[in-house]
Order: sequence, then structure tokens, then C-alpha cells
Amino acid sequence: MKWLIVGIMVAATTAGEVLQAYGMRRHGEIRDFRPGALGRALGVLARNRYVIASVVSMAVSFFALMKLLSVTELSFAVPVSAVTYVLETVLAKYVLKERVNRLRWAGAALVICGVALVSL
Amino acid sequence: MSSETARLRLKTWICVPVVVLANAFGDFFMKRGMPRSLHTPFEYIGALFQPWVALGVVLLIVWQLSRMALLSWADLSYVVPVTAVGYVVVALLGRVFLDERITMARWVGIVLIVAGVMLVGGGTEPQTTGSHHGTGAAR
Repeated sequence: MKWLIVGIMVAATTAGEVLQAYGMRRHGEIRDFRPGALGRALGVLARNRYVIASVVSMAVSFFALMKLLSVTELSFAVPVSAVTYVLETVLAKYVLKERVNRLRWAGAALVICGVALVSL
Repeated sequence: MSSETARLRLKTWICVPVVVLANAFGDFFMKRGMPRSLHTPFEYIGALFQPWVALGVVLLIVWQLSRMALLSWADLSYVVPVTAVGYVVVALLGRVFLDERITMARWVGIVLIVAGVMLVGGGTEPQTTGSHHGTGAAR
């Protein structure tokens, strides 16, 4: 049961973050942090279909996190969700076409080992 | 170009701690107030009005907005590993404030996650998009 929730949460978080990164990159760098300018930026982002899809994914992942927190302890739920980092590194490389070097892959492998130990 | 790099690095160093702490304390307060029984949609919505959960949700919104801003100039494969440090902070919050018993294996796992995160983040420039600065937003 709890691993099913973890799986849903990890998949939804990863999808949401890749969509969010892609949508924000299409929008361009946010330089102006005055409230009016931030409001205008939010208005533009609310019509960005990648940002909208990322918000839906994040909502799914949020309710999965609520469920997971209600049935497991904090020190299990949170470290286990670090699996998303590994999935995200893979997607950053193959979907967002970012540069991912060998050192980063080794780090991702260590995260996998850490998550495995945390779940014992 | 180097002053551009320094400007983005400063923005990154201000934004990252906000992202990390908002996430860690958001998760902590969520757990603090979360009821043990969550089955019907009504129970999920009701839980959101529990004060500790509501505080956690506010912090998670701060987390998301600061993270979105950060992602507009920094790569996902930089942001993700660096903010993973917050997942260790939150384990400590669970140990200290929620009296969760954390086994030796779990601590070792957390240390491995930290090591992996540092390895991933260590050789990474804060900003790798370099040549493009959005479309028409500069003026």
C-alpha cells in the first residue's frame, strides 16, 4: 500500500517538475521582483500549457504526500521521495536536453543506495 | 559576461536557502497536523483546515513559488540535487520534534543521500543556459 503511494507520488512529482522546468524555460528568466511585475508574470504563466500541466501533476503528488504522511513516519516519507531526483536527472538529460556528466550520474547512484537503506 | 555570471550566482545563493527551508518546514508541519485516517475526499479537504497542515501548505506554496523563480534561470539538474539537502533537514526535524526513532541503517541512508547530492551538485555551475535570456523580456 505505502509503496503504491510512493510510486504515484514519485511519478507525479517528476512529471510535474520536468513540465515546470520546460514551461519556465520557455517563459524566460524572471528579473523583476516588484509585486506588479510578478503579478503580470503569473498572468502570463497561467496561460502556459506546460505550467498548467505541471500544476495538475503537482496536485496529484501533493495529495499522495498527504496520504503517505498519514500512514508512515516523516523520516520515511521524505527521504524515500528522493527517488524523484534520480528520475529527474534522467529526464533532465533526455527530455530537457541538459548536460549531465559522469559525476552527476555517480551522485544519482549514491542517492539510490541511500534511499534503499532508508527504506529498510 | 562575468558580471552576468556573478549576478545570477548571487540570486541563486539567496533563493536556494529559501527553497530548502520552506520545503523542510512545510513537510514537517504537514506531518505534525496530519490525521491518521485519510480515506474520503472530504477527509483530505478537511485535513487542509487543520492549523498545522494549513501552515505547512502555506510554506509549501512559498517553496513552489521560490522554486519556480529559481528554475527560470537555473537548470533542473542543478536545482534538484541542491534542494535535496532539505530532505535531510526534515528527517532531523522528525527525530527531534516528532520523537521518530531513526535506525542506524536509515541514518547511513540519509548520509549516502547527502553524499550523492554533494557529488551531483559539486561540479555543477549554478547557471548553464548562458547564451539565451528569454524572448523579448529583456527590454
